[in-house]
Amino acid sequence: MAVPILKQGPVLIASIQTALTDTDVLQLREDVMGQVTRHRSRGIIVDVTALDVMDSFVSRSLRGIAHMTRLRGAETVIVGIQPEVAFAMVQLGMKFEDVQTALDLEEGLALLRDQLKEPLTGAG
Amino acid sequence: MADTPDVTATDGHGEATEGLLRELVSHLRANRTQLREEWARRISEARLLTALTQEEIFSEATSIYDSYVGVLETGSVEALQDYARNLSERIIPRGVEVDEVVGIVLLLRDVLARSLFEKYQSDFDLLNRVLDAYEPAANRIANTVAGNFVGERERVIRQQQEAIRELSTPVLQVRERLLILPIIGVLDGQRARQLTEQLLRGIRANRAKVVVIDITGVPTIDSTVANHLVQTVEASRLMGASVIITGLSSDIAQTLVTLGVDLSKVNAVGDLQGGIEEAERLLGYEVTQGDYLPSEAR
Repeated sequence: MAVPILKQGPVLIASIQTALTDTDVLQLREDVMGQVTRHRSRGIIVDVTALDVMDSFVSRSLRGIAHMTRLRGAETVIVGIQPEVAFAMVQLGMKFEDVQTALDLEEGLALLRDQLKEPLTGAG
Repeated sequence: MADTPDVTATDGHGEATEGLLRELVSHLRANRTQLREEWARRISEARLLTALTQEEIFSEATSIYDSYVGVLETGSVEALQDYARNLSERIIPRGVEVDEVVGIVLLLRDVLARSLFEKYQSDFDLLNRVLDAYEPAANRIANTVAGNFVGERERVIRQQQEAIRELSTPVLQVRERLLILPIIGVLDGQRARQLTEQLLRGIRANRAKVVVIDITGVPTIDSTVANHLVQTVEASRLMGASVIITGLSSDIAQTLVTLGVDLSKVNAVGDLQGGIEEAERLLGYEVTQGDYLPSEAR
């Protein structure tokens, strides 16, 4: 199932709804990169609230997305990692050390707003 | 003894064993006072049950002696089991150890066996048969008492562990988006896991941005628990909260560095006050002193 990507001013919001197959993850990467280029976005929020497991492929790919978008001048924030998922990831050594994380969508938007030093609403 | 006693007889000599046990019981009843005193004397000689007074030892000894004879008579350990459980409940809080309990039962077994030797010394064959009847029953009694004592002690330990677990890790909110976890007592693997779980849930429930974990009350930490703490810090970061650890004692700090635990990712502050100040700084709070205090208090 494809992940919907919403545009909110200079920010893209990708909200993952169900467990992702490997193909879905690769598709998400394609879509995000395409939209970042098209909309000249400054920030991306990937919401994983709905995921109650996150395998190594998904987390590696999310980290990849964060690195790639940074090369296009956009900062990625992963939001909504569940407590069980967070601890499992750390135990498996997937620490997202160079990726920003936030509690939920609201926090992620606030984080990007502080970093971009500009209001996130409006024409963008 | 009109009804058939429930004696465990494994061979064909059931009738004979019963007869011998009956004789044995009447011998023990007849010499009750003397044997009981002998036993109590041996207990204090061996310095067992030092937590109890002489009178207490003597009254417990009387009860045990009577239950003991009762078991030999009826072959049923149920009454003794109840008594042993009751006894354990009373003496465990006073610090009586397993070896003491086993010790007194074995002493009684010894005292009674000696009195049998004395009584039947002229007839070696009969003595042998009496011992055949006596020893299995005596062993079973020793087993029952020791088993009940250990079982009772384990029950107490389980109960206490449960109690400790329940009050072990409170997660407190001190300001909007600031949580404090004061940890008191030894952190073992299980408690550390529980702490992580409660902390991560607390972060989500309270929408926390900063968490102060205060381990002033933790005497020692091993490398497993330390690594677990580091993992907790990293997991909290994945949920968007930063963790400040306060109150690492100098002993713990030395141990952790010697063990080579990598704490470079952990934000540590000396004491709880400093930790809260640091957290307020991270959250953008600025605390200023009001001017309502009387001037001498400033």
